[in-house]
Amino acid sequence: MQPPLLSIRAIKKNFSGVHALVDGSLELERGDIHALCGGNGAGKSTLLNILMGFTKPDGGEIFIEGKPVRFMNAKEALNAGIAIVQQELSAVPHLTVAENIYLGAEPSRYGFVDFRQLNEQAEKLLKSLGFELDPTARMDTLGIASQQLVEIAKALSHRDADILIFDEPTSALGEEDAGRLFEAMRDMAPAGKGIIFVTHRIAEIFAIANTYTVFKDGARVKSGRVSDITREQLIEAMIGGDVAGEFVKENKPGSVPLLEVRGLTRAPHFADISFTLHQGEVLGIYGLVGSGRTEVLDTIYGLHRGRSGSISMRGKRLKGGSIGEALEAGIAYVTEDRKLSGLVLCASVGDNLSLSVLRRIQTWGFIRSKEERLRVGKAVGMMRIKTPTTRELVQNLSGGNQQKVVFGRCVLREPKVLLLDEPTRGVDVGTKREIYRFISDFAGTGGAVIMVSSELEELIGVSDRILVFRKGHLVSALSRAEATQKKLMMAAV
Amino acid sequence: MTPDRVLGKAQQDEQAEVHSELLSGAVEPAANSVSGSSSSRDSIKGRALKLAKHYGIVIAFILLCILVGIACQYRVMKGEWSENVFITSDNFMLILYQISINGILAIGMTFVVISGGIDLSVGSVLAFAGMLAASFATSLTSVTPWSGTYALAVPILFALLGGVACGALNGWIVSRFRIQPFIATLGMLLAARGATMALTGGNPISSLNPHLRWFGTGKLGSIPLPIVMFVVVFAMAWIILNKTVFGRYVYAVGGNERSARTSGIKSNQIKIWVYAISGLLAGVAGIILTAKTGSGQTSAGSSYELDAIAAAVIGGTSLSGGVGKLSGTLFGALIMGVMNNGLDILGVESYYQLIIKGALILTAVIIDPSRKAADA
Repeated sequence: MQPPLLSIRAIKKNFSGVHALVDGSLELERGDIHALCGGNGAGKSTLLNILMGFTKPDGGEIFIEGKPVRFMNAKEALNAGIAIVQQELSAVPHLTVAENIYLGAEPSRYGFVDFRQLNEQAEKLLKSLGFELDPTARMDTLGIASQQLVEIAKALSHRDADILIFDEPTSALGEEDAGRLFEAMRDMAPAGKGIIFVTHRIAEIFAIANTYTVFKDGARVKSGRVSDITREQLIEAMIGGDVAGEFVKENKPGSVPLLEVRGLTRAPHFADISFTLHQGEVLGIYGLVGSGRTEVLDTIYGLHRGRSGSISMRGKRLKGGSIGEALEAGIAYVTEDRKLSGLVLCASVGDNLSLSVLRRIQTWGFIRSKEERLRVGKAVGMMRIKTPTTRELVQNLSGGNQQKVVFGRCVLREPKVLLLDEPTRGVDVGTKREIYRFISDFAGTGGAVIMVSSELEELIGVSDRILVFRKGHLVSALSRAEATQKKLMMAAV
Repeated sequence: MTPDRVLGKAQQDEQAEVHSELLSGAVEPAANSVSGSSSSRDSIKGRALKLAKHYGIVIAFILLCILVGIACQYRVMKGEWSENVFITSDNFMLILYQISINGILAIGMTFVVISGGIDLSVGSVLAFAGMLAASFATSLTSVTPWSGTYALAVPILFALLGGVACGALNGWIVSRFRIQPFIATLGMLLAARGATMALTGGNPISSLNPHLRWFGTGKLGSIPLPIVMFVVVFAMAWIILNKTVFGRYVYAVGGNERSARTSGIKSNQIKIWVYAISGLLAGVAGIILTAKTGSGQTSAGSSYELDAIAAAVIGGTSLSGGVGKLSGTLFGALIMGVMNNGLDILGVESYYQLIIKGALILTAVIIDPSRKAADA
């Protein structure tokens, strides 16, 4: 029997004591499209990084066609016939397709780029791949799917790669573009190449892959042929064990409506969203990236103009499009990315905490510093922020404590409704629990919370009700009792 | 850390008090003490580093003064000079007098740079405002029917209004059209210079009334008026930047505009104000320069923006925004002043002066210990 094209056996990797990979194993045959599945932190990216020579493993072996290999850097992996198509597009928009493909490796004559040969080379390559692209077209005139194809061509231009890795190639694509990409993948596989395909969309696995490997907690838990497994079984394998005790849930939803959203629409992001948030309630929102979940929170908070439908806070209708109005009405927002839109990293902990309440503690524009100190101290104590002093720069804090600073700033405004977008992203387990504790207490003392999260366990553990968004529509609303990971995932994809 | 029970109400308040005491920066809560702080050598080194970080610019200023002083003393020892002209109170007053205009511009520049922008137009706006002042204060034309107090108030008012208008326009263009500040103020650099020339058909205005001239040549007690104005402007600016809500917002907008907006700050308004302040101070500087020279010159203030930026940057203000101190800018301007003055006294030719100045700016930024923390 012929050895498999690629065989990865029991790869181990620790990052400063944390086991990223315990038993990273995977087999890939020629002609296969192999789906690599697993949640965040399952070890997929670590495995791919090791395979590409970006990181060195602590143990385990990799074989290509039966021969053991060990890559010290990315170039060695490339030379061994492994190519990766990265998640992010890295094309230079003002250059042509051909120029992008051979960027840094242009054929030249006396130091000048030989454009005729460049275009001929590119045309030959594109034809051999079956991509219908004009090598002289400018990159920024192409759609995202075509740009993605150029990325693939670029990945293959260095050498005739046998093993192709697609790391979430469809995350930026619409359905139609994804279809074109799949066609290209289907054409490549029979030519004797092996393809590893990473995606979070379950439907895509069944649409295109023929074999799969499921990772969980750094180890392979299941693998086989896609035709031998049902969707439910695959999801179950990815989810794994029980998570009881991880969450804090003491609040009880009341019946007094706090925030009412009716027919909220903002094209093209979402349409006709209606729900009511009650006092004491934690309302979860689930959906894939691009489902409109973040955009709905942004719109409620008034970050964008040009919506239709109505938002009412305690019976009072908001005009919309004004952050000031939302803040006055008692809405506070913890955004998705604390570094991008949450914190002023180069400022101190104290300055970050007091930023949104300065207006309330001023006399003729002057900050009443004693009152500021008192409030900052209160927030530090309430959120249990661990910092040497409040003068410490926020960038020197750990991720979890930075997130607590964002929470602390919101809390100082004494809001009634908290909007949370991925509140525990990049936060360690201990701090996560503190945040769950805070959410429960906040709702338990007369507030209400809307929480967007990609982590199903967390949503089910913390929410009283979960709304599921798909492609900008509210497709399902499940009570705490009915919600299961399976139901949520099925509704979302 | 074990997962915590929620704090009781009383406990919370207690904690809040404890933390408010911590704000002095001297104490550390026991629970959060940093490991490995015991070694005394470490703490000395740490303290030295901290000192250098906070007072590095002052130390650099003192070192520069000593250096120039020694060079001058050398001349005296060689018998070339009869006395050390650098280390005299008159000379230090002269240095302050010389830096007052650049200092005032640099203060406005510091506001703009902290807010994440840059203002290239201050030199031209200075000329424009100065020319406005001159055109209302000259005895040559009939546009000055005013006398007495008005003879002073009208030119000053027009100059300041002109400066504010240019600055506010800068801010409006930057925030409304999302144009990079470099480009927007580059446009103003050209336009304001053109407007200055258009005011007088390219001619200078002379024969200014003595009231206005007093601003440049008069003294309050024994202190020249430009120095007094520099000090007053510095004090007001310091209070605004450090004690008011607006000042805090300037830092927030420069540090992370999206975050500032999410916190309910109207960043566009803040930006317009910041550029207006820069324009206003360019107007003040314009009045002083016009009064000093006794005439409105179309080429006044050319490339002054570069000195203002240099003073702010030497003083540790980060061009990426959100970081900077007015005290740093003050010493930045002082360093440049001592440099100019000392090299002049020592008779260094002007071309070498430029080379030395260029090297100084680069050195200051390269060795600035606070820079690394800010960029991290």
